[in-house]
Amino acid sequence: MIKKAPQFALILITLLLLTGSFLQAQQRFPKPEFDSGYVQPSPTTPEPRSIKLEYFDVLVLLVTLSLASWLAIRKRSRRGLLWLSVFSLIYFGFYRDGCICSIGAIQNMALSIFDSGYAISLTALLFFILPLLFALFFGRVFCSSVCPLGAIQDLLVINPVSIPSWIRKTLGFIPVIYLALAVLFAATGSDFIICRYDPFIGIFRMDGPFLMIFLGITFLFLGMFYARPYCRIFCPYGVLLGWMSKFSKWHLSITPAECIKCKLCEDSCPFDAIDYPIEQTYRAPDVARKNLRRFMIYIALIPVLTLAGGWIGSKSYIYMSRVHPDVYLAELMINHPELKEDEENLDIQAFLESGDTFDELVDKASLIRGKFKKGSIALGGFVGLALGIVLMNQVVFRRREDYEPNKVDCFSCGRCMDYCPVEKKVKT
Amino acid sequence: MDKQDKHKDKGYNRRDFINNGVRLALGAAVVGTAAFTLRRSSTTEDYVWQIDPFLCNQCGRCATDCVKSDSAVKCIHAYDLCGYCDLCGGYLKPGAKRETGAENQLCPTSAITRSYIENPYFEYVIDEELCIGCAKCVKGCSSFGNGSLHLQIRHNLCLNCNMCSIARVCPTKAISRVPASEPYKIKGSFTEEEES
Repeated sequence: MIKKAPQFALILITLLLLTGSFLQAQQRFPKPEFDSGYVQPSPTTPEPRSIKLEYFDVLVLLVTLSLASWLAIRKRSRRGLLWLSVFSLIYFGFYRDGCICSIGAIQNMALSIFDSGYAISLTALLFFILPLLFALFFGRVFCSSVCPLGAIQDLLVINPVSIPSWIRKTLGFIPVIYLALAVLFAATGSDFIICRYDPFIGIFRMDGPFLMIFLGITFLFLGMFYARPYCRIFCPYGVLLGWMSKFSKWHLSITPAECIKCKLCEDSCPFDAIDYPIEQTYRAPDVARKNLRRFMIYIALIPVLTLAGGWIGSKSYIYMSRVHPDVYLAELMINHPELKEDEENLDIQAFLESGDTFDELVDKASLIRGKFKKGSIALGGFVGLALGIVLMNQVVFRRREDYEPNKVDCFSCGRCMDYCPVEKKVKT
Repeated sequence: MDKQDKHKDKGYNRRDFINNGVRLALGAAVVGTAAFTLRRSSTTEDYVWQIDPFLCNQCGRCATDCVKSDSAVKCIHAYDLCGYCDLCGGYLKPGAKRETGAENQLCPTSAITRSYIENPYFEYVIDEELCIGCAKCVKGCSSFGNGSLHLQIRHNLCLNCNMCSIARVCPTKAISRVPASEPYKIKGSFTEEEES
């Protein structure tokens, strides 16, 4: 027995060494040598979509934007815009599966600005800035007939109802909050919420989680009455486009010549984006004094709202930081140490096997949480400031004698143009 | 009348002036942001998502978390590494009879076909149409065999989302962006690269 012991140990050691080296190379069983002339196949590697096609997408975007601008401003053709939007729906929506899109490109921009390790592709960068630059000169022509999400809703505007202004304005503020959240989550590398909660992408791909497809169909149904609901209640890119369009150099106009104030276009806009002429009542002394007082109050409210927004941000960043998987995991392991024994919890098991120490994870998580703190305060302040400016604009009256599209809200769809009698006169 | 017209003109000019100024500022802001990102991190190289097979722990989320209901992740076979075993840990359920009946197969969709080559070697081929990327065979092959079966993102199926929804939930962070010029991390030649 004693004699055999060293031999036994030797075998054991060689076995251990062998298994060790096998594990490293992962070649437990050597590759056989075939006598039968068997030819070993090799795994196929289908190529990704070529970059030339990505640049072609940018070209299509540029051409559709130019065409939309021309149709909206020079040609003044609703029919042309309609067919262009059908094309965009087919190309950017169904053919490109709703990806790449300018709305989602906000997140790529945010991530590349705040994370130097992430390189934005030139395509995404161009998809982000081109529609904004076009909006700066021609209004929201992107929304009119280039955006596939807009197009699918626009085609289903059937019986739009007019919504009281205060409801519209309140709902219209949601996109600002959505934009702030999307930027926060993207900049911290937590999640791309715009893409994840895109209601129409499931329809474009004819595939996706049941809930999102259901949401998309709900939006389309709702859109029969509340026209283009996603654009008006959620679209974060629309916020940026609206700011640009407000100062656009040329913008779609309802009438090609002098407005004759016939009121025919009053009900033509499904989005309530036509500004009526302002009666001069606001110039009466008592009204003017009241408005001035409101104006002063709102001006004073702006810094208060900004600070309040920042304060809310500073109070809520802990909840929001849980969206980041690392923060979530660190918190889970601190609060529920017993989960380390749970074989079912894949994340914790994978972390324990990864060889990272728990302190490293906590450090990483607190670093991300620090980013969230700064980001939430800044973006809370931004939302407060935006709210203050929206309020202030409620009491700023500009002289307006004609029916004009509201440059911020107008999607440049061109429906109103067909209602204008001046149009027909000029054409004939 | 004259006075009113004058007032009107002046008013419109002022508004135009402000509009032009703000437009210039906004344009500069947009172009400036673009230029900033361009200089800092933009790339003309295209990036795609790929799985590092050495980090993968076969958790099975690739099958469930892809935005496509039929996942873009499929199992591929690096034949170079395969031992062509008769008793294949990736093909047969542990403890099952060495027969090809579905009840003995590990693959839930029977996507692996086994064919006899010569004694005692068998070839295993994956039918990508049937594969759901569940990694059950990968787990079996890595635990009992050479690890020649492993998951890869198939670029003919992948939509290249800007945030891969599997990468976000991958417990070992095995999915990352790779240059589109080298879109696969297939074991085999890849192992040698890793070691050198």
